[in-house]
Amino acid sequence: MAKKIVVDPIPRIEGHLRIEATLNDSNVIEEAYSSGTMWRGIEVILKGRDPRDAWAFTERICGVCTTVHALASVRCVEDALGIDIPTNARIIRNLMNATQVTQDHLVHFYHLHALDWVDVVSALKADPKQTSVIAQSISSWPKSSVGYFKALQQRLVGFVESGQLGIFSNGYWGHPAYKLPPEVNLIAVAHYLEALDFQKEIVKIHTIFGGKNPHPNYLVGGMACAIDPNSDTAINIERLSMIKKIIDDTTTFIDQVYIPDLIAIAGYYKGWLHGGGLGNYLSYGDFPETTLADFKTLLWPRGAILNKDLTTVLDVDPRDASQVTEEVSHSWYTYSGGDGKGLHPWKGETTPKYTGPKPPFEHLDTDKKYSWLKTPRWKNHPMEVGPLARVLVAYAKGDPMIKETVGLVLSKLEVGPEALFSTLGRTAARGIECKQTAGFMRHYYDQLIANIKTGDYRTFNSDRWEPSSWPEECKGFGYTEAPRGSLGHWIHISDKKIKEYQIVVPSTWNASPRDANGNSGAYESALKGTPMINPEQPLEILRTVHSFDPCLACASHLFDMNGKEITSVTIV
Amino acid sequence: MQSNQTFADLFRASGVSRRDFLKFCSLTSVYLGLSPSMVPSIVQAMEHKPRTPVLWIHGLECTCCSESFIRSSHPTIEDLLFNMISLDYDDVLSAAAGNQLEDARRKIMKEYKGKYILAIEGNASTKDDGVYCMVGGDSFLNTLKETAADAAAIIAWGTCASFGCVQNADPNPTGAAPVSDIIKDKPIIKVPGCPPISEVMTGVITHFHTFGTLPELDRLGRPKAFYKTRIHDKCYRRAFFDAGMFVRSFDDDATRKGWCLYKMGCKGPTTYNACSKIQWNGGTSFPIGSGHPCIGCSEPHFWDRGPFYSRLAEVPFLGSDSNADKIGIVAVGAAAVGAAAHAAVTAVKKAKSDKLDNDKA
Repeated sequence: MAKKIVVDPIPRIEGHLRIEATLNDSNVIEEAYSSGTMWRGIEVILKGRDPRDAWAFTERICGVCTTVHALASVRCVEDALGIDIPTNARIIRNLMNATQVTQDHLVHFYHLHALDWVDVVSALKADPKQTSVIAQSISSWPKSSVGYFKALQQRLVGFVESGQLGIFSNGYWGHPAYKLPPEVNLIAVAHYLEALDFQKEIVKIHTIFGGKNPHPNYLVGGMACAIDPNSDTAINIERLSMIKKIIDDTTTFIDQVYIPDLIAIAGYYKGWLHGGGLGNYLSYGDFPETTLADFKTLLWPRGAILNKDLTTVLDVDPRDASQVTEEVSHSWYTYSGGDGKGLHPWKGETTPKYTGPKPPFEHLDTDKKYSWLKTPRWKNHPMEVGPLARVLVAYAKGDPMIKETVGLVLSKLEVGPEALFSTLGRTAARGIECKQTAGFMRHYYDQLIANIKTGDYRTFNSDRWEPSSWPEECKGFGYTEAPRGSLGHWIHISDKKIKEYQIVVPSTWNASPRDANGNSGAYESALKGTPMINPEQPLEILRTVHSFDPCLACASHLFDMNGKEITSVTIV
Repeated sequence: MQSNQTFADLFRASGVSRRDFLKFCSLTSVYLGLSPSMVPSIVQAMEHKPRTPVLWIHGLECTCCSESFIRSSHPTIEDLLFNMISLDYDDVLSAAAGNQLEDARRKIMKEYKGKYILAIEGNASTKDDGVYCMVGGDSFLNTLKETAADAAAIIAWGTCASFGCVQNADPNPTGAAPVSDIIKDKPIIKVPGCPPISEVMTGVITHFHTFGTLPELDRLGRPKAFYKTRIHDKCYRRAFFDAGMFVRSFDDDATRKGWCLYKMGCKGPTTYNACSKIQWNGGTSFPIGSGHPCIGCSEPHFWDRGPFYSRLAEVPFLGSDSNADKIGIVAVGAAAVGAAAHAAVTAVKKAKSDKLDNDKA
């Protein structure tokens, strides 16, 4: 007899996610249901406002992947209004984006994901001497002495003995799914703390260009930060040197801490290759070397892969009404033309209609509607987006850097490319990508210096700043590859104001509920078939769900596209 | 063991001598398989006062407050988590999930009844039984009320919890409401900003930890140490405002010279926050310092006081109702009179606005 388990709340994510799963007699997951349990209505709020303000509203969709919505939004408005941004603005935005991905991946690995693999309490039993030997064998990172690990372990003992475990309270310590020896756990705890201290440095690049982080400032038409090497208030050599130092330190940390840890930890878990899921991957691409429209120059290539077939990368066009669609057959919304009919974002609609149980409740009715997330599909296929999708698209397209790094990681782990189609593969892809984006940071820093050297200080194009210069009606599309995957913003501007605004978000792709044909979303599919040692302690579910790096405030943004009044909610 | 006692307290109360207590610590280290060098840290831990338990719950939000919190340069987040507070429930950092995570929350509510701090990030949907924000199979609205009931005090992180923020902007489709609209019988410290500055967030907790009291609050419930003055009052570009020297377009020469952003919509003159003083991310910069006008993100209803670039802030300058155009004229006129006269005017106005602040606070 199948039993049903619920994991809610799911911590170490952004926003509110609930997983319900049925298990067979051997405690293997038969079916999983992913439910987003929050909705804020940002796009309803956007209607009628100044399109130049949209970046600030949409940026507040998410403070973890801060900047990504602001970037997609300014790109979307500029596309609608026909604005070309200056070279410096393109470079600065790329640099900020690379900074975001790098910092976000690092924080994800250590602070949102590591505790699914690392047993903190086991680190108390580590031999500091042996820990030091292991640390020095995997990396040249200098913080690796016996004394360093001994002092850390003493602090941990004090912490545990205080009886107040704080963020580590009620963790699944001692769970048999944890496989690391105490010494590797101690190394990981050390780096959890070092990464916690270091992550705050990386984002200072956002602060230099955007004034603050989280939520740095963007600007339609370019960037607001002025460049002038001879000014005491603009981007000058002091600011540039600070950026260079941050990039140097970030590269060192990733090369000497993150990547060696990833490989060391993965080595103990390569027998746990669950969580592959859909096998369909989508990337819009990002990091334009020229303009966004010229997507052949994107450093992260665009494309789609179906059924794990790495020999064929399919063309993707998010503007094409037949490609990207969203439907609501299992979501708490209703469509005027039928809930199961997919609508392209430029024609989308969102009328919330809650039909779930009245809280508090034990279970959702997963046969009916069960989530605040819509169901996006690409040519009717459920797709996985994010680091693994991007790495696979680049790998299949023959990107030399990705091919080399993936090859290196696979050979170190002594596994074949098929191991990539797993929870562990997703986690490894994020690390590989983080190393790559740290390289992008350097690349854009060099580009910026080279362009400033030519005497070009422009960061803003004022040609279409004044609303009097805008057309009466226009539509735009803006995209980015956020840390968690492909993000698209679609806008309709009418009479100088936002008439419609629609967003299809990475975590909506990954966390979506079933579609009208009964096909599972990426989380749901990835959880199927996973054996659980102890269903009361859902460590395996956390592992796979976290490998996607869920972001639920993003996923359940939603709004009304067509100016329809939002209907009242029906409780059944 | 009572929650507010240390292990050492308990031993003393049971008549155990200091000598025997130290012996116990040595034995404990042997049982744990630890080297003798770790005995002092065990002694320290057992004598240490309990850290204040903090339950950090998340409603309708974007997690920018948590992200800002972990950016703190002083104190570091590690110092805070290991030495000052016990963050026993937090959606973002907690190891446990589901039932185990909810158990941790309820355990603290019971064992530290009336003694824990409730930190709230985001706000509650109050419409339709709160179905727009549900956590653990219940509405966040219910969780908020339940968890607030036995809290010693509440910290309302960010503009969401303090004033409503973006989901509360017109037409507020989910009925999102700030904490003070829902909880009326507890001290609430409002720490607005989208997000608040990291050192302001950790500063509020460190104040409590160091001085044992809540920080003094202004009339809106904000700590005076961080929200006493307007960004405009401490802005390094203030001299250009006073001299009537304004940026008129984001690509003009004045942007590179760092002139005042008032004419670009800067809300610094009406925004109470520490951005121009503490600055952001370890003092690296702040919005105006990087060329963008302040959007007023720590003020109530700032989203509905736009558009950000075209609506100019009312400034208490040469009369309480000066509007944007008047300011340009007056300021240019003042500049012509000469620096000395105009410095005097500023000084007088500054005195007036200080009085206004004090009256408000």
